[in-house]
Amino acid sequence: MSQATLTPSRLRYSLGPWARITALAVCALLTLGPVIWTVSTSLRTPAESFELPPRIIPTDPTAESYRGVFDQIDVWLLALNSTLVTALIAVGQMITAGLAGYAFARLEFRFKKPLFALVLATMMVPLQVTIVPVFLVLKSMSLTDTLLGLIVPAFPTAFGTFLMRQYFLGMPKDLGEAAMLDGAGPWRIFRSVYAPLAAPGLAIVGVLAFNYHWNEFFRPLILETSSQNYTLPLGLVSLQGNLGTGSISVVLAGVVLSMIPAVAVFVVGQRPLREGITSAGVNR
Amino acid sequence: MTNTRIPAVRPRPAPPSAPADRPATRDRRTRLLAALFLAPTVVGIVVFTVVPIVGSVVLSLFHWNVIDSPRFAGAANYRELAGDSTVLVSFRNTLVFMVLAVALQLLVALVLALAVNGRMPVWLRSVFRSAFFFPLVLSAASISVVMKYLFNQDFGVVNWLLGLVGVAPVPWLTSENGAMATVILVYVWQQFGFSFLLFVGGLNNVPKEVHEAAALDGATGLRKHLHITLPLLSPTLLVASVVGIINALQVFEQPYVLTDGGPGDSTRTVVMVIYETAFEQLRFGTASAVGVLLFVLIMAVTALQFRLSRRFVHYQ
Repeated sequence: MSQATLTPSRLRYSLGPWARITALAVCALLTLGPVIWTVSTSLRTPAESFELPPRIIPTDPTAESYRGVFDQIDVWLLALNSTLVTALIAVGQMITAGLAGYAFARLEFRFKKPLFALVLATMMVPLQVTIVPVFLVLKSMSLTDTLLGLIVPAFPTAFGTFLMRQYFLGMPKDLGEAAMLDGAGPWRIFRSVYAPLAAPGLAIVGVLAFNYHWNEFFRPLILETSSQNYTLPLGLVSLQGNLGTGSISVVLAGVVLSMIPAVAVFVVGQRPLREGITSAGVNR
Repeated sequence: MTNTRIPAVRPRPAPPSAPADRPATRDRRTRLLAALFLAPTVVGIVVFTVVPIVGSVVLSLFHWNVIDSPRFAGAANYRELAGDSTVLVSFRNTLVFMVLAVALQLLVALVLALAVNGRMPVWLRSVFRSAFFFPLVLSAASISVVMKYLFNQDFGVVNWLLGLVGVAPVPWLTSENGAMATVILVYVWQQFGFSFLLFVGGLNNVPKEVHEAAALDGATGLRKHLHITLPLLSPTLLVASVVGIINALQVFEQPYVLTDGGPGDSTRTVVMVIYETAFEQLRFGTASAVGVLLFVLIMAVTALQFRLSRRFVHYQ
């Protein structure tokens, strides 16, 4: 009676697996299409960059546009700024979130609940709402138009703290208790027992921070006024402004250059990134 | 014949906090360590979030251009906003954007997550998953630079593709509705991967037996999804829509790079108005007032959503 499952409604609504996979492949192509077009156009000469129909494989690939980017903007300086800012924020967030997450998960102290509620509540307050006073606070510290002004305010991370707290809560309590019986103090228990176990969780915090801040545009736009303090996204948008619509391929070569580290993190850090995002939905 | 129900397995109540914990509370070394561990996060949050929230409210009551000393203005900034058509339009644009972008993003993500969840080779599934997640790692600003070329009316690839199927060139970035549509499409293209990952995670948590039981009862295709998968996925749906809405209300990069708010004010968003009022026109008080209103809007929309969701969200 296995034929009985082929009711009309099933025929109508459930696509055969091949139709479904084909539809998914078309969607994947639409998703990746703009990126593929960017890479292929960046490899054409500026004169040929308008070419339609767009050919995926350039007939005569050239790095001319890449040379153009280096002529127009100081790519090395921008990349150095971006790297410095992003790396310091990522490391800083791993430290602050690791410490605070451990305190909330495993230490006992007064006002623990209200403090944790405060941290959680700030996840709901977008930066855009408070940017004017944040700018003034940084100005009073003489940190506007400096890279430090981008770095320091990004150290505390509410989401990272929450994530690390969940992570430490998931570790067995007996490990710490055994160490305590052996005479370890609270610092030793953290340093020698729990911190080493937290590495995968810290990796999630670091990769998320890297991805977010490498691509960040709003804060650098507001804080950095001199071009020697620009980060890559700012430099790219100004590159586009300088050139108008003259040579697409040069702008796109710049885009490709700025994508390389993001893609590298995607390849290496795909799993931590995915876990970080998924846990935003599942753990709450 | 008696309808014996399997008793629901209840998790045992957590034991009352063990008395062994008490001495630890009084341990001075533990408290000192906690204070040290929390200091960077708490001080940072107070200085860069709590103080600025209070600061926004206070500043919104003053006229201030950074150069002269601030003058108390009372509600004048807010009255000014009520008569400022650009500000009013920016709130309308942001709400329209939020509704359309979040709806489209959730729909695309849900359909693709269900499709990826179907039967296929493992390697193929991970290829699809990576492809849909990929735009998330790119910068919204540089992607918008790319999209500006793709959506160009005369030489853009999008109109060329549409031309192949006989559609006349669409003024994507130069007409009011076209510009809003483009901003939404570009935003959704980059963002749907976030909801997609949440849904894939949520679907993995739906027990297989539920589907099998439903199939035995004759549920198929669309009905199975509507009556079984969706209710089980509803907690994930709630998180995806809350995060989606909060993000959408802060949209900035896409309209800033693609259209600079135009044509006219048709794609000017609230955050763009905050940016322009404060950092281009140096009207810090007025900008703070816009910020306060945006904050109130975010809180109101989120509260409304949690309220509505009580009726639709099912926890297992």
